Amino acid sequence: MSSVIESHHDDHHHGPAKGLMRWLLTTNHKDIGTLYLWFSFAMFLIGGAMAMVIRAELFQPGMQIVEPEFYNQMLTLHGLIMVFGAVMPAFVGLANWLVPMMVGAPDMALPRLNNLSFWLLPFAFGILLSSLFMEGGAPNFGWTFYAPLSTTYAPPSVTFFIFSVHIMGASSIMGSINVIVTIMNMRAPGMDLMKMPLFVWSWLITAYLLIAVMPVLAGAVTMMLMDIHFGTSFFNAAGGGDPVLFQHIFWFFGHPEVYIMILPAFGIVSHIIETFSRKQLFGYSSMVWAMLSIAILSFVVWAHHMFTVGMPLAAELFFMWATMLIAVPTGVKVFNWVATMFKGSITYETPMLFAISFVVLFTIGGFSGLMLSIVPADFQYHDTYFVVAHFHYVLVPGSIFSIMAAVYYWIPKWTGNMYDERMGRLHFWLSFVGVNVTFFPQHWIGLAGMPRRYPDYALQFADWNMVSTAGAFLFGASQILFLFIVLKTVMGGKKATPQVWEGARGLEWSVESPAPYHTFSTPPKVN
Amino acid sequence: MEYQKYYVPESSKFPIFAAFSLFILIIGASSTINSLDNPESNASLILYTGLACFLATLFFWFRQVVKENNAGLESAQLSQSFVYGMAWFIFSEVMFFAAFFGALFYVRSFAVPWLGGEGEKGLANMLWQDFEATWPLINTPDGGKAFVIAAKSMSFPGWENISHWLPLYNTIVLLSSSVTVHFAHLGLKKGNKKTFNIWLGITVLLALIFVGLQAAEYYEAYEHFGLTLNSGIYGSTFFMLTGFHGFHVMLGGLMLAVMFIRSVFYGHFNEHKHFGFEAASWYWHFVDVVWVMLFLFVYIL
Repeated sequence: MSSVIESHHDDHHHGPAKGLMRWLLTTNHKDIGTLYLWFSFAMFLIGGAMAMVIRAELFQPGMQIVEPEFYNQMLTLHGLIMVFGAVMPAFVGLANWLVPMMVGAPDMALPRLNNLSFWLLPFAFGILLSSLFMEGGAPNFGWTFYAPLSTTYAPPSVTFFIFSVHIMGASSIMGSINVIVTIMNMRAPGMDLMKMPLFVWSWLITAYLLIAVMPVLAGAVTMMLMDIHFGTSFFNAAGGGDPVLFQHIFWFFGHPEVYIMILPAFGIVSHIIETFSRKQLFGYSSMVWAMLSIAILSFVVWAHHMFTVGMPLAAELFFMWATMLIAVPTGVKVFNWVATMFKGSITYETPMLFAISFVVLFTIGGFSGLMLSIVPADFQYHDTYFVVAHFHYVLVPGSIFSIMAAVYYWIPKWTGNMYDERMGRLHFWLSFVGVNVTFFPQHWIGLAGMPRRYPDYALQFADWNMVSTAGAFLFGASQILFLFIVLKTVMGGKKATPQVWEGARGLEWSVESPAPYHTFSTPPKVN
Repeated sequence: MEYQKYYVPESSKFPIFAAFSLFILIIGASSTINSLDNPESNASLILYTGLACFLATLFFWFRQVVKENNAGLESAQLSQSFVYGMAWFIFSEVMFFAAFFGALFYVRSFAVPWLGGEGEKGLANMLWQDFEATWPLINTPDGGKAFVIAAKSMSFPGWENISHWLPLYNTIVLLSSSVTVHFAHLGLKKGNKKTFNIWLGITVLLALIFVGLQAAEYYEAYEHFGLTLNSGIYGSTFFMLTGFHGFHVMLGGLMLAVMFIRSVFYGHFNEHKHFGFEAASWYWHFVDVVWVMLFLFVYIL
């Protein structure tokens, strides 16, 4: 047996196998990163198509194209797919591609586990999507699946939903363990913690959050399963439980989860702003400490999602102040990004356009979050379109823009080809206009009192809903352009240099473009 | 010192098999649960097929890792990766239990007192005005309309009955097993394989005794006390916490048994290389700590 293993060891540098088997059996962090990124893109398009159904229905008041039951299923699946299928896997894909190269490691620390983490996802989402064709339809209780809507009143497919969430969670936990072990154990000599690129730092913290909260989500769905099928009463007051308990457990997971979806974006944007400002990042260590503070605070703010549920006053006050405190480290980060650009020799390539608009639009989303954190104000805003506008501002021009920025920034390193700059800028401007036209009016209709999650609305909200739908279709269509640009770059294009960008620094820019199949088989020297 | 290459297998069939068998497993599990009241359903066959495939994949996967280790492919750095990996896996398990302990603390400190009319949200008492908050909660707020009211809880029965109180014996068994596994570890570190095997064997035995006692306790709860999953929030938290703990004892016991077989029949482990055992023993200590928490918050307080 040992001789067989040895022969494996010898053909270490032969490069990838051919065909489908390469992707099914791969242990290579670059292959797995690519798989994650394409999977996430596919989910982004599917979840996006569902968003188009939602917006088309809301184009005019009254029932237009779908049944209310189906609208609820679209709403639920859109949220679940975008959170667990699009944003999170995209960041894991970026971590796979970049973290080993950035710390000078030969691969991820646990390569086979890495493959398992990815391949669980298509199966989990296959099951989730198949629930659309089951008796009673797909889950229809919103992505937050509050009990008793998700227990007593759920369709039978909720059982499949519960188990697919378990599998997604297992995938996330294993992926995060891999990232943490890689960062803690695989850094090249000289790569001290406080010399690590910020994207690596952001993922170290994100992975910690994931390992801390995904098991709590598993606990929540397990209690649901028991309540539905085995007679327990966790979320049933008649037996001494409490439906509000579900919300507490869910948001104990859910709030760190929203930082899981933004911290890697912070890392990406820091790199891009630094490169295209041709300056060193302002306040590196304060960036690290800000991310750590945000991560720690994220565990003590969960109940700000539940101000109107009927909590004791002391809890409302505590969660209000704790939430507001998060604005401080976040403000530090925004200040540092702006200070990095100050007096820099800035050029506006596509990644930089996405990064700058990230800073501006994410900050808008942050400020509306600050408004929502005020308890008496939240009583007015709760469950209105103002909330929808708030979290879409942090997720779409926040997380999603940062992922797009990352793709444009690193795709020359992945493929060896430059993308088409003119088309990239066109994609940016269409997305930028689309996203603002979609979501900015939702602030107004929300403040005017339009509730979220309904397929119909009062006549006074008609005009801005029409505008919002127009923006949504513009944004959706411009992502087809994105797909085209990425495919074109993969096929060919102007050859990229190893450094790619004039101001780029870091180990990943010291290897050729495209990056060889195996990088840093022996660790590089880090100064 | 020259850099020892970090072993990265060129490709592996195990993960895709594991992912696919989990896919079968959860389709089977969901279908089985959804057709519980249909005696003609064959869905459990899918469940067992998936489970068997998954366990087989794990067996061959771990066997491969052991073989690679014995072939000397593991650098010190790779071994360190396993150390970190196991530690973080145990942390994720801690957080899983935290969800259930959190639920227990929440219902005990807030939900039940409020339903009984105490505290700031005591208004909840208007739902069932006869309900009085007690813990262990035996009478459900709805007076047992939708639930089966138990005769008795599993809590501390008072000093006079302590000699019949099963959880006390469970505690003694499990705490001793943590000590015996530590003795095994000490023996191994001195290179004394015989001491190691004996103490490890005793630990596995204690694990079996614990599982047996736990089964007896469940039998007693269901048959004699009428305490079931359907007995309201006390039964829910009791069975979910002790049940998941018991499941983890079985898992940890299985790990230790595998290490025992590897040591006795295959001569694995020596004083320098024994992380497989060490990981299993960490897991065992973790399971033990969870039990101490359970004993305190589920049984005594």
